[in-house]
Amino acid sequence: MSGYGFAVVACAVVAAIIFGLLRTRKIREKYAGIWIALAVANVVLAIFPGLAARVSDLVGVTTPVNLLFASAFVVLLVVCVHLSTELSRIEDQARTVAEEVALLRLDIEDALGQSRTGTPPDATL
Amino acid sequence: MPQQPSTVLIIIPAWNEEVTLGGVVAEVQSRVPEADVLVVNDGSTDRTSHVAREAGARVLELPVNLGVGGAMRAGYRFAERRGYEFAVQLDADGQHDPAAVPDLLEPLRHGQADVVIGARFAGVGTYTVGRARRGTMWFLSTVLSRVSGTRLTDTTSGFKACNRSAILRFAADYPAEYLGDTIESLVIAARSGLRIRQVGVEMRPRAGGTPSHSPVRAAVFLVRAMLAMVVALTRPRGAVRDRSAA
Repeated sequence: MSGYGFAVVACAVVAAIIFGLLRTRKIREKYAGIWIALAVANVVLAIFPGLAARVSDLVGVTTPVNLLFASAFVVLLVVCVHLSTELSRIEDQARTVAEEVALLRLDIEDALGQSRTGTPPDATL
Repeated sequence: MPQQPSTVLIIIPAWNEEVTLGGVVAEVQSRVPEADVLVVNDGSTDRTSHVAREAGARVLELPVNLGVGGAMRAGYRFAERRGYEFAVQLDADGQHDPAAVPDLLEPLRHGQADVVIGARFAGVGTYTVGRARRGTMWFLSTVLSRVSGTRLTDTTSGFKACNRSAILRFAADYPAEYLGDTIESLVIAARSGLRIRQVGVEMRPRAGGTPSHSPVRAAVFLVRAMLAMVVALTRPRGAVRDRSAA
């Protein structure tokens, strides 16, 4: 099997895995999209290897493979940073939810305590 | 429950503080009987909540550990919703003397400030820090004095009192980042137009645990403090909400 054939098969496998994850809702579409797009781009490059050479000529990189490595590095970096910001956002949401849960629990405790003992409610409530 | 609705809420963030918390709550109640005490249990794995309830405090129980900043914002949100006029935050390890609470509230009651810091003065008590850490703290104080327009000597103090405006501000925005509860919260207050003052308080040795003095930790403290301050100073400004009681 040629290297190009291998690349196409590998991309197909990756795309299938991602699609499977999507079907079982283990990954959200907004995160799956980037991986499927990259797999498609890889397939295009594997089918038309001349494309990489032409593009590297265009941007002035001597060896096409270096252009591929460099762009792969940049893409992965961007994806990682994006995931970090998403994680931060989610941590922030978890924090807000945790605070809200704690406040509600105290509200419930206060409400239950009142009805049990029949004492007047906390005046500041 | 007090018959007279209390206007002062003492917020004590606690994370695995079962050893010291009971004594601290009891002392607060005897020194500041007119205040309500709220212990924010920051996801403790010990009997912190139980000890706090036994001592007669209300307990806000966070289901996960959020850090001091997270615990404090939860406390400020409670103060916001229940309509407290003043909130005082105090450490659960016994370093802060509850007897100083009225001193901290004084400028607030007279409308002279919105946030009052209980500043530990060097040479009082047995409070000591390493030289590197002291240098960092001096630098922080210098910069934050400029930002706040008033002389501050102890900007990493967790002993603070706030009025209603500051409660509303902190309920909306109290950072959970490292040093966010001290440095960044001061920057947030100053940049939203709140007036900051400091009042000297005596520092007591902590009732449990030991402070660390290793040079590596001092260096990490320096770097993180600088990062926290630069980020805080360059963040977009927030405004004080003029919404009345929740």
